[in-house]
Amino acid sequence: MSAPGVVGGVVAPVVVLAGAPLLAGMMRQVRARLEGRAGPGIGQPYRDLRKLLRKEPVDPRGTGEVFRVAPLLLLATTAVVAVVVPLVAVESAVGPMADAFAVVTVLALGAVALALAGLDAGTAFGGLGAGRRLTVLALVLPTLLVALLALAARVGSTSLGAIVSATLADPAAVVSPGSLLAAVALLLVVVAEAGRLPAERPDANLEATMAHEATVFEYAGPDRAVLELASAMRLAVLLGLVANLFVPWGIATSAGVGALLVGVLALVVKIGVLGVLVATGEVFLARLRQVRVPELLAGSFLLALLAVASSFFLA
Amino acid sequence: MSVAATFLFAAVIIGVLSAVAAVLPSWVTSGAVARSAVAGAGTALTGVAGVVAGIAALTGDPYVMELPGLLPLTGFTIAIDALGGVFVTVVGAVATAAGIYGLGAVRSLVAQAVVPLFVVAMLLVPVAGNVGSFLVCWELVALTSLLLVVAEHRTSPAAATAGRWYGALSQLGFLTVLSGLLLLGGPDDFAALRETSQSGAVAGTAFVSTLLGFAAIAGVVPLHVALPRAHAAAPSQAAALMSAAMVTLGGYGIVRVGLDLLGGGPGWWWLVVLALGALTAVHGNLRAAASGDLGGLLARASAGGMGLVLVGIGAAGLFASTGDRVLAGLALAAALLHVLNHAAGTTLLFLAAGSVRRGAGTRDLDGLGGLRKGMPATTAAFGLGALAASALPPGAAFVSVWLLLQALVHGLPDAGIAVAVATTVAVAAVALSVGLAVAAFGKAFGLAFLARPRTPAAVRATESPKVLLAGMGVVGVACVVLALLPTLVLPVLTTATEVATGAGDDVVAGVVTLRLTGFAGEVAPLMITVALVVAVVAGGAAVRLLARRGTRRVAPAWEGGAPPVPGQAAYTAPSFVEPLRRVFDDVVDPAAPERLERRLYRPALAALAAWGRAGRRLATGGVHRYLGYGFYAVCGALVLLVVTR
Repeated sequence: MSAPGVVGGVVAPVVVLAGAPLLAGMMRQVRARLEGRAGPGIGQPYRDLRKLLRKEPVDPRGTGEVFRVAPLLLLATTAVVAVVVPLVAVESAVGPMADAFAVVTVLALGAVALALAGLDAGTAFGGLGAGRRLTVLALVLPTLLVALLALAARVGSTSLGAIVSATLADPAAVVSPGSLLAAVALLLVVVAEAGRLPAERPDANLEATMAHEATVFEYAGPDRAVLELASAMRLAVLLGLVANLFVPWGIATSAGVGALLVGVLALVVKIGVLGVLVATGEVFLARLRQVRVPELLAGSFLLALLAVASSFFLA
Repeated sequence: MSVAATFLFAAVIIGVLSAVAAVLPSWVTSGAVARSAVAGAGTALTGVAGVVAGIAALTGDPYVMELPGLLPLTGFTIAIDALGGVFVTVVGAVATAAGIYGLGAVRSLVAQAVVPLFVVAMLLVPVAGNVGSFLVCWELVALTSLLLVVAEHRTSPAAATAGRWYGALSQLGFLTVLSGLLLLGGPDDFAALRETSQSGAVAGTAFVSTLLGFAAIAGVVPLHVALPRAHAAAPSQAAALMSAAMVTLGGYGIVRVGLDLLGGGPGWWWLVVLALGALTAVHGNLRAAASGDLGGLLARASAGGMGLVLVGIGAAGLFASTGDRVLAGLALAAALLHVLNHAAGTTLLFLAAGSVRRGAGTRDLDGLGGLRKGMPATTAAFGLGALAASALPPGAAFVSVWLLLQALVHGLPDAGIAVAVATTVAVAAVALSVGLAVAAFGKAFGLAFLARPRTPAAVRATESPKVLLAGMGVVGVACVVLALLPTLVLPVLTTATEVATGAGDDVVAGVVTLRLTGFAGEVAPLMITVALVVAVVAGGAAVRLLARRGTRRVAPAWEGGAPPVPGQAAYTAPSFVEPLRRVFDDVVDPAAPERLERRLYRPALAALAAWGRAGRRLATGGVHRYLGYGFYAVCGALVLLVVTR
């Protein structure tokens, strides 16, 4: 535990918490403009959150603790990951928690909680969404793991902070085949896990059978607000992590105010650029049929496996 | 006599006595209830004595005791060391929980009498100190478990089929272990075997031969066909004993024979073990994810867990063969820790599944649903077990899988081609099996305990009696301790890895934080858990503060706007896993028995049958013919003697 780590661990989740709705709003606005619509404006997610928070909390009949705790657990897993992974500062606030396997499984825990909550309502939509979510997770989890382990094998440590600082020390490693393959694999699974195209339509309230949408159908009011916020934060954290793993420059290595400001700025810019890229890409993509999504994921798993292999054979 | 040996003998005596008490006529024990109490308490006490013996073996000095009169020809030797201590502890702990659980479960007389004997046999396998006693104990395990598989044959027609498959495979497995150990020849004593060096071909053949037998008991693909059937057919506490304790003895056998007695051997032995483990891990969890019956699902997931243990053992042997003792110690510690976690998680899951069958009358996922209302304690137990078995924090398997991945990742950089390919494949298999296990347990928990009840029986499901819950509670505590403070257990395991790999140093250090000593790497399961709890509470408080005040209103589910049709719109198990089945369509065939079984076993069985029919033609029943056979055989033997002498 070190000074830059602790400060980074405090600043990063605050930035993510405050900025995640902005990211969602911006991506929506970019899509709207590219499609020739006026769009609701960048601040719309904040207004949505305020509206949902003011509504009455409602429980669907027959649901239990799992249903009530799941949104909070999703939020908690995302927040914990935001604290420990290198977003603003290289060093982690809590080093022993910044392990790649720990981070991936904590994120998976949130996804499982949400899938179970979808089942808990006992509706057809909930079960359908939960089944699809678990299927996607069963492939996303190994892909994330293998891709991160490909990077870890190069560095000799599975600590995410160590991976980032190794990249800072040796920038040429980023363009190695193993690293590039891992980058593509990671981006693909992040897009799928966050429910973006081509895996899912992000704002498809009318497509009731989308995995994410179907799972959370029964949520209303403040619960829904927590869910929306947690989902936006998840996307922000994942994009920020991928950005820092491959383009770590700007991240704070000391606890100075200047370095931290640069770190925050760099994080915001990186997430913003990636967000705009993803949103722009979505305009030109059609959604894959649901049954084809696993093929996409299996492909990215293969890429991650190749990344491990090449990190050994081409090193 | 050492502490470990004293308690071991106590365990044996209690076990045998309670088996005898269970078969006493009913006027002595005044009926079935009292009998199950005697058998259950006896099993639990045997287990407790076993746990004490195991812990004493782990912390104490090695101890050898010879009882030449007990077994003709070879004599019975007990050799207690730390490696055996791990498995004695596992068997004892599982037996304790199963025994307490068995207090309340009135079962058939066979099951009650055989369970204590089964436990005693399993306790003796890891401490058997020569070939003869090892084989006798191994066969006892195989026989008693077979009796347990067919114990409920009157009520369940599947038990007969399961018994045939299980009996055939476990006896064939015994034969291969027997021939493998006999092939080593020479000294009968394990201590003497360690000293003699075998030629490469003999040692290799012996290892592969014993590996077949050990793999059969561990449920390793492609010898996995019997175990899911057997575990599903056996009574719940026996199924817990089999799938949590007995399968780990397969792992014990591989470590004892391969690493300890034969001293490591060449790399290809361990590549085979690693490949088998990787295949089993993925296959088991995949089948579990597609399985529609709670018992079958747990049996397959338990096979998947053993696959991970084998990956660890294989990696340990592989690293030992390249001379990297520290890494070998790390991999073996991961495997042994996973044995403990596997045992704790699987026991809890099987006991909870037994409670479900008792409460709802079925273990078919389609006939369950909504059990959390009627059976809250069982729901909590199953949830805890699922968490322990599926590498998510804060679960027990999280730590052991982390250790395993650390060993594999650190083994990758400076190794030969074979090791690099093997570790790459192993990393992928471990990752994939983790993902699939999460899906499998998520499905099992969600469909059985959440959602709405899908049958009237599920609506009426009631909680099991307190004794059964106590049995689950014991294992639940073990699961929590293993998950949050694995650092208490790992230093003790190091003494066990020392026996097998010779690496003396502790592989990990720290109490709250698990820190690798040989390499960079640390993780803190306790901190992760605390952080998650704090974050959930803080998030909840923040929402309360920001959101509109007022009590939560209960309203009908929206359900797409359609009025609810009871039972019809509920999601079923097959439709739930349909997406997953579609992905792995080539491996998981939903309707038919699995392809591997069809392609591999059907032809083999058909060939056997044809062989038998051919043999029948030789035996027509005519005495002259048989006399003729005798005559020709004697002549042939004489000719052979003339030619060869």
